Amino acid sequence: MDRIPILKLGRALLVTIQVDMHDRLATALEEDLSAKIVSSGARGVVIDISGLDLVDSFMGRMLDNIAAVSRMLDAETVVVGMRPAVAITLVELGLELSGVKTALNVERGMALIQTRLIQTGLEDADVGEDGP
Amino acid sequence: MSDGTARMSEWLEAHADDIIAMWMQKLKEIGGHGGGKIREAELEAQCRSFLAALRNAIENDGEHSIDGEGYGPVRDLLSDMSQSRALQGFSPSETATFVLSLKEPLFQLIHQEMASDATAALRQTWRLSSLLDKLGLFTTEAYQRSREEVIIRQQQEIAELSTPVVKLWDGVLALPLIGILDSTRTQIVMETLLQAIVDQGADIAIIDITGVPTVDTLVAQHLLKTIAAARLMGADCIISGIRPQIAQTMVHLGVELSVVSKASLADAFALALRRTGRTVTALKSPV
Repeated sequence: MDRIPILKLGRALLVTIQVDMHDRLATALEEDLSAKIVSSGARGVVIDISGLDLVDSFMGRMLDNIAAVSRMLDAETVVVGMRPAVAITLVELGLELSGVKTALNVERGMALIQTRLIQTGLEDADVGEDGP
Repeated sequence: MSDGTARMSEWLEAHADDIIAMWMQKLKEIGGHGGGKIREAELEAQCRSFLAALRNAIENDGEHSIDGEGYGPVRDLLSDMSQSRALQGFSPSETATFVLSLKEPLFQLIHQEMASDATAALRQTWRLSSLLDKLGLFTTEAYQRSREEVIIRQQQEIAELSTPVVKLWDGVLALPLIGILDSTRTQIVMETLLQAIVDQGADIAIIDITGVPTVDTLVAQHLLKTIAAARLMGADCIISGIRPQIAQTMVHLGVELSVVSKASLADAFALALRRTGRTVTALKSPV
């Protein structure tokens, strides 16, 4: 498996990581995802890591990076399905992923993005009304 | 092996009954039987097997060191005995007395048998005295070890008992913490909480610290770690039950919990319900 598939669901992208991530795969995902956000005009990214039972500091930093890149491209990143052991490891490594939103499962992650879309839509409308 | 040593083991065999009788009497006088915690017949059996083991050990390994192979049975015997006494509630001195009270009968034996040569008797007494001291110390150490094992086991039991995760409502969990939070307990707390979040699909976890006696920088750090881990799983945490004195101490220490905190569990629960889109209302007429 060379690349991790990125699925488009409405205005969100869904990435499901089911295999052990090695560094090259992670970098490839980062590139693919940023290209896909731009080409599809997605406003949210859901990364499902429920299949992941091993993380290291590189993996943690990559999640942070993806979130930062997506934010720059105006898409919110939600990491979902983290296992308890993984969460404990990340906290012990000092990686609290403060720039990333989290949710328990894909369903809730999608709901979170949906709420955000509605909210930002309303905000956009407000700005339009208040503007000249 | 010195001549004295060889004769010592012979004497021990020949006078075993006298020694045991005197030893038992001594033990009763100074409380080596732990005020009736052990039966006389059992005590006598222990005395007998110890004396036999000691005689063998002296014959094989001499009287200088108790670390050799020859003293293996003696050490095993003392370990088992200290362990059972620690569990029976003997005090450390009552346990050590078992070995130390053997001194008088043995010294008397030497006095009798070596009456003609005072210098040799003195030397033999000294050797035996230091041997019994070593065995006494060994007994105390074994006693201490088994007490520590008991304490460790109790600690584990307490830790397991003291971290319940309670479901307050659909998607709202409470974690009432009781007792001091150290790193080992934080680890258990974290694991139980995270597992409960997964199992119940919870959105909000309320950590109630009413039962935590002191909150210093370390405890605060442990709490923050737990909260960070819960956040990674997609659940929000609310801290409740910070007592007034603790709040003051924390501010004086400069500890800041950068999370939502409420004074009581009830307030935290109300907030959790509001966040999940629910509310509690009073009935117009009580049922």
